[in-house]
Amino acid sequence: MNAPQQSVSLQSGVALAARRRGISIHLVPWIFLAPAVIVFGIYVIIPVFQSFWLSLFDWDGLSPTKKFIGVSNYTQLFQDEQFWTSLKNNVYWLVLFLLGPVIGLAIAIFLNQKVRGMRIVKSLFFFPFVLSGVVVGLVFSWFYEPSHGLLNTILGIFRIPPISPLSDEHLVTPSIIAAGLWPQIAYCMILYLTGLTAVDPEQIEAARIDGARGLKLLWHVIIPQLRPATFIAVVVTTIGALRSFDLVQVMTDGGPFGSSSILAYFMFQQSITNFRMGYGAAIAVVLFLIMSVFIAFFLRHMIRNERR
Amino acid sequence: MFPAPVQEASAPKRYAYYAAIVIALICWLLPLLAVMLTSIRTLEDFNVGNYWGLPREWKFSNYAEVFQQTPMFRYMLNTVIITLPAVAGAIALATLAGFALAKYRFRGNLLMFCMFVGGNFVPFQILMVPVRNMAVRMGLYDTYWALIFFHLAFQTGFCALFMRNFISTLPDALMESARVEGANEFQIFWSIILPLMRPALAALAVLIFTFIWNDYFWALVMVQSDAVKPVTTGLSALRGEWVASWQLISAGSIIAALPPVAMFFILQRQFISGLTLGAVK
Repeated sequence: MNAPQQSVSLQSGVALAARRRGISIHLVPWIFLAPAVIVFGIYVIIPVFQSFWLSLFDWDGLSPTKKFIGVSNYTQLFQDEQFWTSLKNNVYWLVLFLLGPVIGLAIAIFLNQKVRGMRIVKSLFFFPFVLSGVVVGLVFSWFYEPSHGLLNTILGIFRIPPISPLSDEHLVTPSIIAAGLWPQIAYCMILYLTGLTAVDPEQIEAARIDGARGLKLLWHVIIPQLRPATFIAVVVTTIGALRSFDLVQVMTDGGPFGSSSILAYFMFQQSITNFRMGYGAAIAVVLFLIMSVFIAFFLRHMIRNERR
Repeated sequence: MFPAPVQEASAPKRYAYYAAIVIALICWLLPLLAVMLTSIRTLEDFNVGNYWGLPREWKFSNYAEVFQQTPMFRYMLNTVIITLPAVAGAIALATLAGFALAKYRFRGNLLMFCMFVGGNFVPFQILMVPVRNMAVRMGLYDTYWALIFFHLAFQTGFCALFMRNFISTLPDALMESARVEGANEFQIFWSIILPLMRPALAALAVLIFTFIWNDYFWALVMVQSDAVKPVTTGLSALRGEWVASWQLISAGSIIAALPPVAMFFILQRQFISGLTLGAVK
């Protein structure tokens, strides 16, 4: 981001000013960085390593001694049916959550008009994003409620027999994901709305003169120009999918019979409810390793952007 | 402009578009409208099975009841006590760090930047056991400080990314001329950079205010008594007490959602500019 020729003069300027004060130029940025690096290190970076270490122990979280058991937590984990159910649900979340960018783009295109009152319409589409997971969970729990919920009332109008989304083990995960998509779509929509304002109007005009219309125009001209928005939308959506916890905890507690559990919830349940901190740490490590694939991908992209 | 402006379309198409917007909006907000309607319903309505018809009377006192019969006010206050210092602290630390990352070239710059960004994306569960133990050992478990410190530290990662990108856009020439006039690096930061950052500070503040306000996981892990519980875990606990009193659960949900929603509608521009950072470049 710094233009090279500017940086050269900047560096000499820094050197000059610092020498006058008697501190090494190398120290200046670190003085500014130190407080943030220290707190971030203590609360984020070091705990990651501690969790790896802890996953090799049997510990209830209370007793002063931890028993070293090597990789036993992991061998046990891979034989735990609940682990595989949770992992499978994580995959569902990941895949279905990618509808977020797709639907978000569709709504953004739908709303990208200069009409009076459009600003408030956009805000109304967006604001589910600022609701907490607990509120979204409660809102959808009431919506899905089997005997009097609005969903079954509407289905009843079309003479469709009532369903109970949160107590049917086949419906439960998609139903929670639908609730999770609600704020996620809103987020993607706002990213795309911002992206659409930056699309080059001349290219659109040129393509229109060449006879491109509708979907063809969208696919060949608009979407390529929306790449930065798409990248961010996909990143926040995948991370969001793997991070989701609130909705499962609020809506089903992983039920019925553990069928809607995901790794984040399974980990919480094992460590807090069952006092198996080492086992919980092992689950967290697996989740972290899955996530680090996406984190690495994101960082690589970001570094490339910096170098350009 | 894509898609083609509706103003260019024929009148029937235009009206069809307006109608489509209204219908789409109603469908989109349907679950929320249901909660709003339920929150003002009377018990009698439920007893006679009037769940979705027009309410016989609008019972706004459900909201008062939530405040009178539950510690909801306390929960809200707790959230404020936790959120404000965490927001201020994270922004302060991240502004300093963002300045260093944006304006100095030094060994480890990129590494530090990647640490903040990468750390910001880790799953909470990998931090949970060590962070909770640390709170217990330091005697902070079940106090405001447990949550304040964690949120402050964690949000510093995101804020540093944000601040660094913003400060990078400020011209180096400003700092140069200040140096020529003999200002030291700290004076430059304080009197040149900081005053230019007001828009970024506002955008970031509203954004992480909502992030922290809406936190549920850490509230669940770090605190348990009513005296410190924030509104998210408070609401979820109340739901267990209210069982199926959906008019109270609905009113409670709306109360809990109101502050961030109001904040968003008031400071929309800042909020969205913070959120869409990087969506165009």
